[in-house]
Amino acid sequence: MKTTQELQTIATQVRRDILRMTTAAKSGHPGGSLGTADWMTAMQFNILQHDPDHFTMDGNGQDMLFVSQGHITPVIYSTMARRGFFPVDELRTFRQFGTRLQGHPSTEHRLPGIRMASGSLGQGLSVGIGAALGKKMTADNHLVYTLHGDGELQEGQIWEAVMFAGAKHVDNLIATIDYNHQQIDGTTTQVMDLGDLRAKFEAFMWSVVVISNGNDMQQVLDGMAQAKALAGQGRPVCVILTTEMGYGVDFMQGTNKYHGSVLSADDLPKALAQLPETIGDF
Amino acid sequence: MIHYEINSLKELRAGMGDGLIEAGKRNSQVVALSADVKGSVKMDGFAKAYPDRFIQCGIAEANMVGIAAGLSLCGKVPFVGGFAEFVTGRVYDQIRQVMCYSNKNVKICGSHAGISLGEDGATHQTMEDIALMRVLPNMTVLVPADYNQARAATLAAAEHVGPVYLRLGRSKMPCFLPEDGSCPADNTPFVIGKAQILNPGTDITLIACGHLVWEALQAAAMLENGGIHAEVINIHTIKPLDTEAIIASARKTRAVVTCEEHLYNGGLGDAVAQTLALHCPTPMEYVAVDDRFGESGTPDEMLTNYHLRAADIMEKAHKALKRKQ
Repeated sequence: MKTTQELQTIATQVRRDILRMTTAAKSGHPGGSLGTADWMTAMQFNILQHDPDHFTMDGNGQDMLFVSQGHITPVIYSTMARRGFFPVDELRTFRQFGTRLQGHPSTEHRLPGIRMASGSLGQGLSVGIGAALGKKMTADNHLVYTLHGDGELQEGQIWEAVMFAGAKHVDNLIATIDYNHQQIDGTTTQVMDLGDLRAKFEAFMWSVVVISNGNDMQQVLDGMAQAKALAGQGRPVCVILTTEMGYGVDFMQGTNKYHGSVLSADDLPKALAQLPETIGDF
Repeated sequence: MIHYEINSLKELRAGMGDGLIEAGKRNSQVVALSADVKGSVKMDGFAKAYPDRFIQCGIAEANMVGIAAGLSLCGKVPFVGGFAEFVTGRVYDQIRQVMCYSNKNVKICGSHAGISLGEDGATHQTMEDIALMRVLPNMTVLVPADYNQARAATLAAAEHVGPVYLRLGRSKMPCFLPEDGSCPADNTPFVIGKAQILNPGTDITLIACGHLVWEALQAAAMLENGGIHAEVINIHTIKPLDTEAIIASARKTRAVVTCEEHLYNGGLGDAVAQTLALHCPTPMEYVAVDDRFGESGTPDEMLTNYHLRAADIMEKAHKALKRKQ
């Protein structure tokens, strides 16, 4: 377990990793990665009950995490490496030919910590439900966590899964929505208004926790603890995690510009100047 | 010519359903999922025998495939049941990402496949599913020939580790193979990826799958009356294809006809044509459905009007024989 301050320190390094990885690869998705860096760091180090040294595909006796919006691999890989799933130095290989760090998560390349490919949106909640049901069937009382983009909620399969989990009382499942109001073609309001998310999930018989600032580490820890306390009570739990896309670099914040485009080699130092190296660059 | 007779008329989907109950008995990890069609796809027996291992998903096939993949992580062996079109084409990207690319131990049971579905019409008569499923890396594609073999294929699928598509028809069809789905000609058991030579011959090879295996046997009998010795191969596994058996037979007979209840494009015929083109160029004809959709009618009317009968196979055999010289 890390202190809040230690987690913040790691999250700053994770943000440096994200930018250096994507600029080196000349591709990738830094925006959503920066926005979820605090949540992912908190999950990997404090929330998830898992063991990087003993990764198993079945996850028996451990919590599981499925990141449904697979494009945020920079933050997924950085937090996994920092947590000890694989050597930090391997982050250099992101998106390079022959890497285990594929553009979107893959099981084919056998990276410890990845249990399911994701990238085609809308599928991770169903997978999480399956794993949660599997845990119930095998009397494993650990939890299954999922993460989704808010734009991803426009996929129909998400609502099939939301309906299933509520109706079938999949209460060992905690689904977090990265509520950053941004997607590729504009804001979520412009593209497809999500309406009242809390009301939507509650109408589908879920418990809902709102984290009003998902870039505040203490709020993330408190909110996820609250979500965990709601598990096992007959309802799946939804966490609405309000974040800012691009958080941590002033000129990257609050825009969808960096959803799927990366900083140039010239702009990278300007961004890194705002994110001091903390626990060591890869 | 080895003699085959109809022991009964039975649905292949029921073979899967009965096989699934047995698979569930042999392995407590076997679970089943269906999307509001458990009766139609004959999973109701399993649901009754093992209520704790049956998951009713409602009318939501995409979610069902994802749930199955998640279950497989925990060591379960999930069988997903639905109408073939809706558990293949409708959920193609789900199958691709969480079953095949992620290489999970999930089995898709597609009932109501092919034009012999009949009255429901073209929306439900998938004739593209073999093509869709066989091009996916890691996927195994099984098209059993009768009820008994459907049961055997289900048991084999449960033991096989990896994604499987099992294609099944709805209608009552001739049951003519032994109870264990083995090959009566040489007593070889049902093995995934191993073609069955139901009748050895020297003049032409008829390679058939599914409901058309029976038709191919009838065609072989008619050809035999004309002094033509047809080899009949039941290719119950479209992928991995038993190319060795196909090449050996084509080298011997020098003429091939493929028979399938599927479109010309992308199915068994194309898989065989590719094998022959690469290894053993041979005159070949397709018995399959043209580039078009089906329509309503009885199963019998469908097979006849879409030219999937023994007479059609015989006609194509003569055509292939002419090209042999």
